[in-house]
Amino acid sequence: MVNPISYTPGQDPMQPRPFRVVRAIRETADVVTLELEAQSGPPLAFQPGQFTMLYVFGVGEVPISISGDPHKPARLVQTIRRVGLVTEALCKLGRGDVVGVRGPFGSHWPLEQARGGDVVIVAGGIGLPPLRPAIYHILHQRQDYGRVYLLYGARTPADLLFPEELKRWQHTLAHAPGASPVRVTVDRAEGGWDGAVGVVTSLIPVLPIDPLRTTALMVGPEVMMRFTISELRKRGIPEENLYLSMERNMKCAVGFCGHCQYGPHFICKDGPVLAFPRVRDWITRKEV
Amino acid sequence: MSKAGLEHYLGEHPFFRGMRPKDLAWLAELAEPLALEVGDYLYREGDESKDFYLIQEGLVRLEIHTPGRGELVIQTLGPGEVLGWSVMLPETRKTFDARIFQATRLLAFDAAAVRKHSEEDHHFGYELCKRFSRVIGERLQATRLRLLDLYGQPH
Ligand SMILES: Cc1cc2nc3c(=O)[nH]c(=O)nc-3n(C[C@H](O)[C@H](O)[C@H](O)COP(=O)(O)OP(=O)(O)OC[C@H]3O[C@@H](n4cnc5c(N)ncnc54)[C@H](O)[C@@H]3O)c2cc1C
Repeated sequence: MVNPISYTPGQDPMQPRPFRVVRAIRETADVVTLELEAQSGPPLAFQPGQFTMLYVFGVGEVPISISGDPHKPARLVQTIRRVGLVTEALCKLGRGDVVGVRGPFGSHWPLEQARGGDVVIVAGGIGLPPLRPAIYHILHQRQDYGRVYLLYGARTPADLLFPEELKRWQHTLAHAPGASPVRVTVDRAEGGWDGAVGVVTSLIPVLPIDPLRTTALMVGPEVMMRFTISELRKRGIPEENLYLSMERNMKCAVGFCGHCQYGPHFICKDGPVLAFPRVRDWITRKEV
Repeated sequence: MSKAGLEHYLGEHPFFRGMRPKDLAWLAELAEPLALEVGDYLYREGDESKDFYLIQEGLVRLEIHTPGRGELVIQTLGPGEVLGWSVMLPETRKTFDARIFQATRLLAFDAAAVRKHSEEDHHFGYELCKRFSRVIGERLQATRLRLLDLYGQPH
């Protein structure tokens, strides 16, 4: 694993570095993956779960999680859903375009701590990209983990991200033949779709895991995460083994501005990855 | 599976766990194992609700036919899940088709026998009603979550 660093040494964390788009992959109607290379200086080493601030010159800057392989930091890979001004500009970028990058910032998934036990990864919608680096890391050190499951919920089959990798992971993540580690479900399907239909939380009650030795990682809409936590707790997974990534919006990314304050935490520097007990008192409140 | 094996299996299953040994023995006696192939219908819309089912293996799709749009999938149910919560109500009819999507093994329990036994032994009936209430609650919660369209575009 690469050395954890919070931002590139010797670099002003407020100063974006230019990165060039080497590949833009249209994943779905509203999601694009950008592969970026530093125009100068070292590549950006990161830990799974960390994010960068991506700056589109003349438009604005947004936090985006890193979705690439932490063992291959030469290319910075980020997956973006078009929701507003800046993400729309990012999704329109093509090969050769330049963006500003600050980071990496934030906390990371507890992959060291999860060693030796089972791992349940729960992703909803655009929640899969921030979890992909954790999956890559587990695949690199597969023997260090027990049973590993990816539960992934999307709106429709056309919204599923990384379908080819999902198929590959069905074999490469398996702890034993026929284990079916990748379980995908969609909210809505007509014809053509041969998988499950229903909410991602309905996949939890029947999951064969050893709850006391299970770590759960989740990213998705906050309501989905609340229901996911409730189902995982019903299975007996200790609260301190439940980790979520809080993707509330932020501005400075280094704990100065307070824009992303969530109860006593600043998502940008204490998060985005937080253990459930740290957010338990805040996650159901509206005005935090 | 032997009768003793079946009793043990039901006792370990999250749906029946905690029921009295004599209830598990009664249910094991009633359980009828079924194996269905892809494309088979377990039941169709309008059929009388004759059984409830415990899926052991496979995938069952609840569908409804809509003119012009074909089969719409309401939900899929897989291993460990219970299908047919309406059996506790007499004279109900199925509101969806249940079609086999992956080769399925399941246990079927005769609804009329379960209702009759519940009337005779209210403790048994109450335990079963509690369990079906939980299933109904879970389905309702799942439906509400899907109504929220959580993965849709923020507005
Ligand atoms: C730590 C972190 C990691 C993130 N990782 C990713 C990622 O990997 N991929 C990705 O596509 N997005 C990610 N996001 C969300 C992304 O930053 C926002 O979508 C982006 O800032 C929106 O900017 P905009 O100018 O395009 O839209 P705006 O014009 O600012 O907003 C458009 C609409 O999107 C809503 N919105 C904005 N930000 C968020 C948010 N954080 N959560 C939910 N709704 C929001 C607004 O309420 C509004 O309705 C992440 C956010 C955080 C805090």
